[in-house]
Amino acid sequence: MTMFTLDDVRRILRRCAGAPEGDALDGDIADVPFAELGYDSLALLEMAAHVQQEFGIRIPDDAIEEMTTPRAAVEYVNRRFAGEPSR
Amino acid sequence: MNDRKTATRSGRAPDERVVVTGIGVTAPNGVGTEAYWAATLNGKSGLARITHLDPERYPTRVAGVVQEFDAAEYVPSRLIVQTDHWTHLGLAATAMALDDAGVDPAELPEYEMAVVTASSSGGNEFGQREIEKLWSKGPEYVGVYQSIAWFYAATTGQVSIRYGMRGPCGVICTEQAGGLDVAAQARRLLRREARLVVTGGTDASRSPYALTAQFTSGMLSTRDDPVRAYLPFDVDACGHVPGEGGAMLIAEGESAARRRGAVPYGVIAGYGASFDPRPEPGRPARSNLVRAIRLALDDARIRPDQVDVVFADAVGVPERDLAEAAAIGEVFGPRAVPVTAPKTMTGRLYGGGAALDLATALLAIRDGVIPPTVGVTSPAPGCDLDLVLGTARETPVRTALVLARGYGGFNSALVVTAP
Repeated sequence: MTMFTLDDVRRILRRCAGAPEGDALDGDIADVPFAELGYDSLALLEMAAHVQQEFGIRIPDDAIEEMTTPRAAVEYVNRRFAGEPSR
Repeated sequence: MNDRKTATRSGRAPDERVVVTGIGVTAPNGVGTEAYWAATLNGKSGLARITHLDPERYPTRVAGVVQEFDAAEYVPSRLIVQTDHWTHLGLAATAMALDDAGVDPAELPEYEMAVVTASSSGGNEFGQREIEKLWSKGPEYVGVYQSIAWFYAATTGQVSIRYGMRGPCGVICTEQAGGLDVAAQARRLLRREARLVVTGGTDASRSPYALTAQFTSGMLSTRDDPVRAYLPFDVDACGHVPGEGGAMLIAEGESAARRRGAVPYGVIAGYGASFDPRPEPGRPARSNLVRAIRLALDDARIRPDQVDVVFADAVGVPERDLAEAAAIGEVFGPRAVPVTAPKTMTGRLYGGGAALDLATALLAIRDGVIPPTVGVTSPAPGCDLDLVLGTARETPVRTALVLARGYGGFNSALVVTAP
């Protein structure tokens, strides 16, 4: 069951790391590398921290390396939901 | 003896004249250079009772806060979340300065553009917020951007990244003296390898943590009336008040600036710096300001009688005012040169203060008018200065001397001349 969506990625990024110029976050960004959207590793660490706080799951820092695109981030978080008990 | 006309490896002359071609200001009495200048010439002060927190619990209740400043107008949201208010003020002023200079950094070689800013209070507001999260919620709630928002080089770094300026960047932390020290460093870089340097500085020290920390200096005024709180050189001087904001300036070698059609504000003509001797218990503190002034005049190859105005450091503490007045008197003679402190309208801006004074001196040169010192009515005995009080004084200004003393003993002096 999907608990974490692309819209969650958009919402959380906007809140914790700001948004790129124009409507770059609104389009079909699932497979656009975060770096191209203007989000560096610090931004992803911040996003991961907010996801942990909001959803109560644990995301180790090195998981950031897997989250190269929004789709990869969504899939990672949902795998966490499926395989790991909430805190 | 080296041939001083020999060009360096990069083709620049070691004694090339360095000019300022752009200015951007964010100040308590005006956002934008011309808004600040118009307010300053009119004696309009930006000092007011603190309202962003309840000042009743603090000994200092007056500050210069930048009004009507929306960071989002000048700074992308991506940068706003990862920087302190101090850096927002700096990024805004930098955008204004680049626009004023008519420069598009994207068109210049990235390794020949540098950024050197002055910093003093750092990202204290951002840091306090993160420390509060640490102690109230736990370490996992501390934002990742704390790592880059707090430290003194944050503004330099963000400007460098935003505009792709990969040359020799840096930050100088000499409190109020920093704004002059970075202008001198910019001149050094432009004579060696840089084509363009973003310099200047801003500061924001209004968080509860910062206000509390400053009070330990013993130099903050505790008077409640904004009109009477900061009176340098006055019989009723009782300290200074903090202010936020500052100025960013674009510096270039004169020949390159003129080649691209830029109209310079003025020349960074001379610089001197010194450090006060260690204070001895039971004896009055000694000041080395005279040495800094003489070094700057010598470097600019001008005589004291050629200086048209002195922008004073104006700490507002009686002993320090006396020492500054004595130093000015020793170099120039009593009442021999107009002296002014427009910072009476903004407060002391620390990392942004001397940069704003430098920008103001250049505007005075441009428009032939000396801005006033406000609030001061009765010069203290021993402060034998020709203070420009109350209203601006129209007079040609071709050479200005800016003085700045940083807490701890830093003395800096900078001479700027008409282009």
